[in-house]
Amino acid sequence: MTAVGLPGVTARRSSLDLVLRARELGIVLALALLVAVTAISNPRFLSGQSIRDILLGTAILAVLAVGQAVVVITRNIDLSVGSVLGLSAFTVGTLLRDNPGLPVVFALLIGATVGAICGSVNGVLVRYGNVPALVVTLGTLYVVRGITYFWAGGQQINADELPAGFLEFGNATLLGIPYLVLIALLVLVVTGIVLRNYRVGRELYAMGSSPQAAKLAGIAVGRRAIGAFLVSGALAGLAGVLFAARFGTIDAAAGTGYELNVVAAVVVGGVAVFGGSGTVWGAALGALLLTTIGSALAVLEINQFWQQAIVGGLILLAIGADRLVAARVAARLKKRGSHVS
Amino acid sequence: MSADSTALGADRTSGLAGRFANWNVAIIAVTVVVLIVAAATVQNFGTSQNFGFLVLDLLPIALVALPMTLVIVTGEIDLSVASALGLSSAVMGYLWNSNQPIETIIPLCLLLGAVLGAVNGFFVTVLGLPSLAVTIGTLALYRGLAFVVLGDSAVADFPALYTDWVTGSIGGTSIPNVLIIIVALAAVFGVTLHATPIGRAVFAVGASEQAARFAGVRPGRLKFWLYVVSGLVAGLAGVLWTLRYSSARADNGAGLELAVVAAVLLGGVSIFGGKGALPGVIAGVLLLASLQNALRLSDVSNEALNVVTGVLLIVSVLAPNLANAVRGSLQRRRHRTDSTPRPERRH
Amino acid sequence: MPTQTPVLCVREVSKSFGAVAAVREVSFDLYGGEAHALVGENGAGKSTIVKMLAGVHRPDDGTIELDGTPVELTTPADAKAAGIAVIYQEPALFPDLTVAENIAMGHQPLGRFNTIDRAAMTRRAEQLFARLGVSIEPNRPARGLSIADQQLVEIAKALSADARVVVMDEPTAALTGVEVERLFAVARSLRDDGAALVFISHRFEEITALCERVTIMRDGRHVSTDLVAEVTVDEMVRRMVGRELGALFPKQDVTPGVVVLSVEGLSRDPVFADISFEVRAGEIVALAGLVGSGRSEVVQSIFGVDPRDGGSVKVSGRTLKPGSPRAAMAAGVALVPEDRRQQGLVMDLSIERNVTLPRSRALSRLGFLTGGSERRSAREWTARLRTKYGRLGDEVGTLSGGNQQKVVLAKWLSMAPKLLIVDEPTRGIDVGTKAEVHRLMSSLAAEGVAVLMVSSELPEVLGMADRVLVMREGRLVAELDRAKATEESVMFAAMGQEVSV
Repeated sequence: MTAVGLPGVTARRSSLDLVLRARELGIVLALALLVAVTAISNPRFLSGQSIRDILLGTAILAVLAVGQAVVVITRNIDLSVGSVLGLSAFTVGTLLRDNPGLPVVFALLIGATVGAICGSVNGVLVRYGNVPALVVTLGTLYVVRGITYFWAGGQQINADELPAGFLEFGNATLLGIPYLVLIALLVLVVTGIVLRNYRVGRELYAMGSSPQAAKLAGIAVGRRAIGAFLVSGALAGLAGVLFAARFGTIDAAAGTGYELNVVAAVVVGGVAVFGGSGTVWGAALGALLLTTIGSALAVLEINQFWQQAIVGGLILLAIGADRLVAARVAARLKKRGSHVS
Repeated sequence: MSADSTALGADRTSGLAGRFANWNVAIIAVTVVVLIVAAATVQNFGTSQNFGFLVLDLLPIALVALPMTLVIVTGEIDLSVASALGLSSAVMGYLWNSNQPIETIIPLCLLLGAVLGAVNGFFVTVLGLPSLAVTIGTLALYRGLAFVVLGDSAVADFPALYTDWVTGSIGGTSIPNVLIIIVALAAVFGVTLHATPIGRAVFAVGASEQAARFAGVRPGRLKFWLYVVSGLVAGLAGVLWTLRYSSARADNGAGLELAVVAAVLLGGVSIFGGKGALPGVIAGVLLLASLQNALRLSDVSNEALNVVTGVLLIVSVLAPNLANAVRGSLQRRRHRTDSTPRPERRH
Repeated sequence: MPTQTPVLCVREVSKSFGAVAAVREVSFDLYGGEAHALVGENGAGKSTIVKMLAGVHRPDDGTIELDGTPVELTTPADAKAAGIAVIYQEPALFPDLTVAENIAMGHQPLGRFNTIDRAAMTRRAEQLFARLGVSIEPNRPARGLSIADQQLVEIAKALSADARVVVMDEPTAALTGVEVERLFAVARSLRDDGAALVFISHRFEEITALCERVTIMRDGRHVSTDLVAEVTVDEMVRRMVGRELGALFPKQDVTPGVVVLSVEGLSRDPVFADISFEVRAGEIVALAGLVGSGRSEVVQSIFGVDPRDGGSVKVSGRTLKPGSPRAAMAAGVALVPEDRRQQGLVMDLSIERNVTLPRSRALSRLGFLTGGSERRSAREWTARLRTKYGRLGDEVGTLSGGNQQKVVLAKWLSMAPKLLIVDEPTRGIDVGTKAEVHRLMSSLAAEGVAVLMVSSELPEVLGMADRVLVMREGRLVAELDRAKATEESVMFAAMGQEVSV
């Protein structure tokens, strides 16, 4: 019934957009509610230090979540990010301990390179091995972690062994905003723009939305998939450097179990598990929500052990809610099919 | 017509039969080789005492791998098993701390496992959500709840009667008691998968859920109960784990899902569903456990062992695909050389 | 006004899959400004030709020439670049992306810094839709579009890529009469603008309505290429089939017995509503109508694989539990579904397992299956249906279409059904097997089985059925007995008054 140019069209379109946006709005509301309740019960929650901690924590998780979102949008998953973070953090830590003069930029580049190598291994295995990403990255999760343990052999790199410049980078700010947050924002904005406004980005959505149609449309599906894993790996490597700069203490266990938080941030942020939809902005919001929950638990003096259970609960809630919303949107779209005017 | 040649328990067919029988034979052969090499080169590997340890080590993997095989054959996955094991163990410790009799605790833990499985089943079959996402969620949730229940403390001092039975052996032999449980459950699952209508339905659902539905199979109900059983067995594995080490901890069994999935895929079960056999899975478990055992005896650290498990997991899914690709290209080449010289045969 | 020199030439192409030769030395030309029909039975090789033009398959032998120069179409991207657009029966859109983006994928208009110019992209889509005379909102997601609208989007895609050759592979199979008309209007304007159209369809009225020339294929070979005006429908059928359609439909006369199936007020929103009819023992009742009129959905709802919103289904007087194939099977209902590969058979399982799957419980002893009883039963029933196979353990997917259908029939006949529902029982199987299936249905009816048949083949409907029920847009619109049922009366009822062909 809908016809181009009919006055009702725009109104209906925006109401549909609202349904789709409800997702990000929901996170913002949940976040606002959480902050309000926590702040009322303990005003210390809104102190500069507390907010700074939340932002720094979010920065690392958001960088990982952005990379994960890129992979999930293509209908894949990368479970190895926590281990890649660990390997990168340990590599960079060792290098800085042995070469205190190394500039921070190099550290960032090296971390990203280590990650990119791991990521491309994942990508190549998924692409050429014809193996589901879940299985490959579950395998590399343990392989990469094992390599780190093997290498570290129980040793730990402490803050006093790291160059002061590097540690300062983890705490310093520009115009009041920590460097780590700036880097995360940069990653977020660049990835967001590429995904939304460049052909490459749209092809990633296309192949996640329908792999068969993507092949028929002549999209280089294999190369794009490898690229997505490479980005996810490189960002996990970058996150490793941020992790090292923020905490200063690095052992082989750094980032263990992070993959769950990352996957949670991404699905809570509205990236569909079966690919094709969602944004990195949503994923970053998801990361912010998860980190804030962690801080709120501490401030509200709730057992810290609830954190992981909440992560799990949120994943289930998010995919469940998405399914219900998707069903309603689908019903609406069906009614709007065009007919001969 | 050698229709009778269908190998025992092999629910598959000539073209594939050869290939999969090969895979099973290969896995069993590799397992035997590993056992022999390990016995010859690794000190203490071949001792009867180590055999006991080996069985105890593979106990949780073997138990959880049995229902996991059925779940994967239906085309789904359950990544939450290790966390369900941990939660079962944590609740066992909690209840024991609250002075409940062990005779009440054990059935309760099994029930808990079944409930945890039912939660997975509900999300997957009733809401129709992808099992991968659901069980990653419950992986975090169940482990989180385990920590909520027990924190990072450990509960010990379980009744010696039970802990001794789990670590003990039959009579004067060196056959561990728990082997009875493994063999009994393996038999139950093997027969269910390969010689009952349920097993037929499991394969049909995994190969084509829609066609199975058109033949009167109820895929939703089947999968739901498989998840319940998977949870139940994980609960049992949690109880046995706790008794074996006489220590209930929230992080018991963390990461075990990797070993379980690796063993099942190593056993020739297709990650895409519809194909697989239980004897292969048993061989996969044995191979994995004996490799780990041998490396541990050679003083390789636990974490480094995960490299081996991870590599095995990747190789086990990669190998059949690579073999297919190679076979495919060989066939193409053969076909091409076959057909080109004889164009005159076309009419 | 077709051009003087062909745009595209297919020269002696051959393609084999394993040992099966799908296409053998086929040649034909395509001129700009012509609509060219490609017809043949299922398995004649049409789809393989389409896939070669689409760059999905590469010919083993022979060449494809564009404007007189041979081209290598190794990937879909190559075909796209060469100006060949393919519209499949199941359109290949990206459900999560907007319509405009679907159209522009791969050649989005770029603005500053090579970013995608969304406004231009939307405008482009609007222009294309205006040119096609259709109204689809460019900024809505493709998800939820009807098949007809998806096809129009595909055509817009072809236009937007400046395709000179547009291949349409059974585009009308899932469309209603009105939608077909609209598609044809668009196709004609495309042709008049100079594009070469390849049109694949099983409906001759569509071919005569749209196309100038027709190429007929049989068993992977080229049979003939003629002007549509110079060849009769009967002649086309004869060439497609390769022999006269004589005594294909041997329905024996049977006096109908008791009512076996009684359907009352069956509804499922929005697919069909208020369906009521009866089938008696010994009767063959055909459910006719266009594809998409809701016939398959009705029988699937009766069998219980699809849900229903209202109404009742009784078999031999007992009401069936809705949504339960098991209850239907227990009451003696069997359904041979429309889609053999997805619904009828578990392609990766063996012949033996497929035949015995619905009866695995009945064949078990104390709940156990050792394989012997299944093998005996499978051997018996495949033999009764004269199924040709290598070993019972072979994957059912390795059989030919006709033998696959026999496995499906064996599976259900072994349950001794009181009511046999067959949905497109002879689609995609060879003529010999077709006759066997018809004979079988007839003899089942003679034995007192009630048969409900969904079929799109009018000769089959008219030859086999004692009564013909006709559906249109989800409603039962006519009931014709054998004497009154003719091609005209059935088609008239199926299409309604608004369309005249």
